[in-house]
Amino acid sequence: MTMLDETPLLSVTGLSRYYGERVGCRDISFEVYPGEVLAIVGESGSGKTTLLNCISTRLEPSAGCVSYRMRDGESRDLYRMSEAERRLLMRTDWGFVHQNPADGLRMTVSAGANVGERLMAVGERHYGRIRDTATHWLSRVEIAADRIDDQPRAFSGGMRQRLQIARNLVTGPRLVFMDEPTGGLDVSVQARLLDLLRGLVNDLGLAAIVVTHDLAVARLLSHRMIVMKDGRVVEEGLTDRVLDDPQAPYTQLLVSSILQV
Amino acid sequence: MSAATALGGDLATYNFAYLDEQTKRMIRRAILKAIAIPGYQVPFASREMPMPYGWGTGGVQVTASIIGPQDVLKVIDQGADDTTNAVSIRAFFQKVANVSVTTKTREASIIQTRHRIPEEKLQAGQVLVYQVPIPEPLRFLEPRETETRKMHALEEYGLMHVKLYEDIARHGHIATTYAYPVLVSGRYVMDPSPTPKFDNPKMDMSEALQLFGAGREKRIYAIPPHTKVVSLDFEDHPFEIQTFDEPCALCGAEGVYLDEVILDDRGGRMFVCSDTDHCESRRADGHRGRLSPDEAYAGHGKTEGEAVR
Repeated sequence: MTMLDETPLLSVTGLSRYYGERVGCRDISFEVYPGEVLAIVGESGSGKTTLLNCISTRLEPSAGCVSYRMRDGESRDLYRMSEAERRLLMRTDWGFVHQNPADGLRMTVSAGANVGERLMAVGERHYGRIRDTATHWLSRVEIAADRIDDQPRAFSGGMRQRLQIARNLVTGPRLVFMDEPTGGLDVSVQARLLDLLRGLVNDLGLAAIVVTHDLAVARLLSHRMIVMKDGRVVEEGLTDRVLDDPQAPYTQLLVSSILQV
Repeated sequence: MSAATALGGDLATYNFAYLDEQTKRMIRRAILKAIAIPGYQVPFASREMPMPYGWGTGGVQVTASIIGPQDVLKVIDQGADDTTNAVSIRAFFQKVANVSVTTKTREASIIQTRHRIPEEKLQAGQVLVYQVPIPEPLRFLEPRETETRKMHALEEYGLMHVKLYEDIARHGHIATTYAYPVLVSGRYVMDPSPTPKFDNPKMDMSEALQLFGAGREKRIYAIPPHTKVVSLDFEDHPFEIQTFDEPCALCGAEGVYLDEVILDDRGGRMFVCSDTDHCESRRADGHRGRLSPDEAYAGHGKTEGEAVR
């Protein structure tokens, strides 16, 4: 394990999001340190995705504050930045891996262009270099180099998900959000994807926030986890501790609901 | 509704230049804003015109709003003065504005164009009005208008290069030949309407004012005179215009944009100037190409003609 940095990369304080009368998530606070993988688990409807969207600037919170430590070391409140700065952050320093790859990819342009888009967005204007980088990243996520000019429509679900990961990591982000990254994939493909993700996260020293309802994914990927229920955090701690010695009644229920094969 | 103007008895049922004065004012405000922000698409309340959308309603509304009784109008369609769209729009303005018309680029004060820029260099004081079908250069890459407007606002143009990247990946070179995206005044990416990319360099630092009207899409944009217009490209795949292997078959011009004309059903074809005014004035000056009908009489280019047949 790498030494964890002292100051948090992302810190969330008192975050709430209401949908009218209903609660999406309420009064949530946590911190993520550089190189750390945090899992947010809970059953569907527990507010995981709302929370993820709020901290990744895709959904404005009703209350609370999310601050992020920029590359210059200064922590800034995300919702006090201009939209231009937030969007720049989204496509350079952050990545967002959607559950459905079609939401995170451009399905009608080639795999190479999907990977290259972020580079072009930050001003790369040399075709040869963009293509070399794309080829490199495709091989890193185990997609054959001769598929570089194919559209993601022609890819299988697992390949699409890997392509989406390559597309997000090409600008060397420091923080990646993942929403059910292995959802909808069969178990053998899931296992390889998790292996790949674990390798990449370790190699690149990425911090990641992974939303999942699959406790096995959380156990494999994350260092720390947060358990959510009805929009609140019911338990948090080191992944192994939470899964092996759950304290909150709901977590105990959740852990004991895992199918033993 | 509209009262007869003082401009002549034959205008009795129309206001001058067809549009009512309030509408013209609205369009002029949009034009002024467009000129103030080069390349920015200004929404305007496009009117129904007595022609279908897609036939130049945007261009016609812009022309109608800026034309005055002293103006001399030229209308071209793919470079030609004598094709349907050009003839109809010219006749329209003769009828509703009683302006004088010309086919000579030099003599015109307003040139309305569909998809070409005249070969002859435009002068200060001239206005070039483009008919635009789809003003949004990002449209086929990002279908949401809310998103493309945001992308323009925040100068997020990476996607435009994705299109060019796809071209090179698929064809080995940038295969976009018309509606080739440009960066105007270092700020807005703009669709120059479906003009061939051959004409893109003519937009750069032009002496003339260039106005773009999209009637169906309800947008007006502009390039003021002396504005920098750069065609997008890659460092290792720079922007290039089309070149032609042979000169114009009628006037022998080189370095102009040519149309291919099929002559028979046995593969016979010729390339002629797309800009008919340019071709005609060259022929009037005595220039001849290999298929000039009168070359036997004029005695020009005999050897040239023999070499071909």
